[in-house]
Amino acid sequence: MSDVIRKDPRLAWIARNRLHARHTDLSGQPSRGPTGLLRKDPRPRWQYGPGGLRRLDRLNLQGAGVTSLVRRASEQPPLPLHSVENPQHYIAVWLPLSGGRLTAHGKDVLGLAQQLAAAQHQATAVLGLVCGELKESIDEAGVDRLLQLEGAEGYQPEAWAELCRQTDHHYRPLHWRLPDAGESAELGRRLAVALGERPATGVWKLEGEQLIARSGAGHQDITRPLCRVLLPLEECAMPCTEYRYQALPVKLEAEPLAAARVQDQGRVAVDPADIPLAEAEFILSAGNGVHDWEQFHQAATLLGAAEGASRVAVDDGFMPRSRQVGATGTWVSARVYIAVGISGAVQHLQGIGKVEKVVAINQDADCDMVKRAGLSVIGDSHEILAALMALAEAGSEREVSNAA
Amino acid sequence: MQPEHFLNIAVLVSEGRHPVSGRARRALQDACALELAFALEGGLEVIHAGDSTRSALHDYLGMGLERLTVLRQAEGDDALAVLAPYLDEVQPDLLLTGIQAEQGEGSGMLPYLLAEHLGWPLVTGIAAIEQIEGDQVTLLQALPRGQRRRLTVQLPLVASVDEAAASPRQLAFARARRGTISEQQPVAPQRDADSAGWQWQHAKSRPKRLKVARAKTAADRFKQATAKAQGGKGQIIRNDPQAAARAIYDLLVEEGVLRK
Repeated sequence: MSDVIRKDPRLAWIARNRLHARHTDLSGQPSRGPTGLLRKDPRPRWQYGPGGLRRLDRLNLQGAGVTSLVRRASEQPPLPLHSVENPQHYIAVWLPLSGGRLTAHGKDVLGLAQQLAAAQHQATAVLGLVCGELKESIDEAGVDRLLQLEGAEGYQPEAWAELCRQTDHHYRPLHWRLPDAGESAELGRRLAVALGERPATGVWKLEGEQLIARSGAGHQDITRPLCRVLLPLEECAMPCTEYRYQALPVKLEAEPLAAARVQDQGRVAVDPADIPLAEAEFILSAGNGVHDWEQFHQAATLLGAAEGASRVAVDDGFMPRSRQVGATGTWVSARVYIAVGISGAVQHLQGIGKVEKVVAINQDADCDMVKRAGLSVIGDSHEILAALMALAEAGSEREVSNAA
Repeated sequence: MQPEHFLNIAVLVSEGRHPVSGRARRALQDACALELAFALEGGLEVIHAGDSTRSALHDYLGMGLERLTVLRQAEGDDALAVLAPYLDEVQPDLLLTGIQAEQGEGSGMLPYLLAEHLGWPLVTGIAAIEQIEGDQVTLLQALPRGQRRRLTVQLPLVASVDEAAASPRQLAFARARRGTISEQQPVAPQRDADSAGWQWQHAKSRPKRLKVARAKTAADRFKQATAKAQGGKGQIIRNDPQAAARAIYDLLVEEGVLRK
């Protein structure tokens, strides 16, 4: 036998033929020249993507291939954990909930609180105060300690202020941060009165020891020193995105609350047609797939939804122009949006960009609205609306009988 | 049940500012509060703390008011210091204010501080007073998205009035000329010392928040830029109207949007 290393043309052919069964075994082998010298392949290392297309991997993912690159993009690595052990100080943040979820405003305020906590010399934890049931995880929102307040569900501003005052007494937070909107704005002012502090309202920027606040009518900016109770506006800071936070539950042994002087008698039924479409909370929207308009209007009345429409339904004269949803009509901010027979043109999807829960009722399972929707129902809209109306009627009757 | 008694209403008014022209005018929420007070039967006392020579005060007289009480104080004085003793003296049953002032700091703290001082309950952002029965008052509170909430409170109370209340009536020029402004000099006006060091500037529109690209690699950025909006889990129910309707109904109940 000679020492010359001979090339096996058959194996070389298998190594070139990616359809061969032994191709994967042989393609990784180092190739050697006639003298035994290790040969480096001067050609680029081609990878094969999901469609069998030849791709050049410039990211140097050694042997990972394009398929695993696609997979890796969707699998986000877990964020690092931001932990605060034995906090010396607290920064208290009131977190308003909308349908059991944190509001965007609350997340911005948490971002501001985390900025402030990072600037402290001693270990400082952000204490989130929540009144009501949380329906989703708040790990990434920026809460180090979570205090669930009990015994003040519904609209009870006096009880909230009292619980916050007790929290203040127990934890002695360095700062209070309450979003300056709706009920939390009211609570912030009540708390400031209870603590005897002068709050800064309409705060939209912090600059070191100074803050910039917008005046009541919004035509002046006030630069003033940082104070203890702050009511920031929306977009006052970027929300937290870099870390996961502990959100360790903490307890408050609340003293008994005084009887509420302001008593909540519940929401009043408001005619949804009177509310501007941009502000409506719940919209039932119709498109080209709706044929029984009588039934659609009945369903909207029964469910108490504001009526919306796609451009096609408006152009065909079934709905007024003022009810058109989309980039060319109204940009809606509803929480729940039911699209009946709307396939989802780009302009329409832009118009519902802010909606949290989209429900699609459609015949076509491949349309864009179904891709956008959290819950999609494939079938005839007439039958589904009829079944939904029957359920809603039964539900309201059951409540009446329960009350009686 | 207490006997029906004569209802004394006090309304606090301030000088407003037109949002576009910047001219002094009646403040919208204060005018709404005055309109609400006109609709109730009872004695009406309208109070302003500040300068009696301001022309905007005649706008309130033009709404049909006979007399306006002005508690004189200088520009940077604390309104609470003059209003609180005066209200102690007048003792109204119902005190109506706006939510926040259109001039100055406009923190909206005054109704809260007055309610604390008087020891009365406070209702914020009301849209209407439905009923006054003895001491029991039923109010409608204005909520975002055009919603309303019904509240019951005992008199006496402080209520701040939202712009969603009935819109204020037109001004009548002759009435604005005819009405009288009676000025009172309170004993001890106080400077608002905290705000002395504040700097005021004209508000520019706030910068728009930019979208920050968090993608580390070019492939991720490309995907972010081209990806279509995706919903959450995207549950799909096919060809079963009953199950579909049940799923939608459960979602509506869970989100709490169905009318009770």
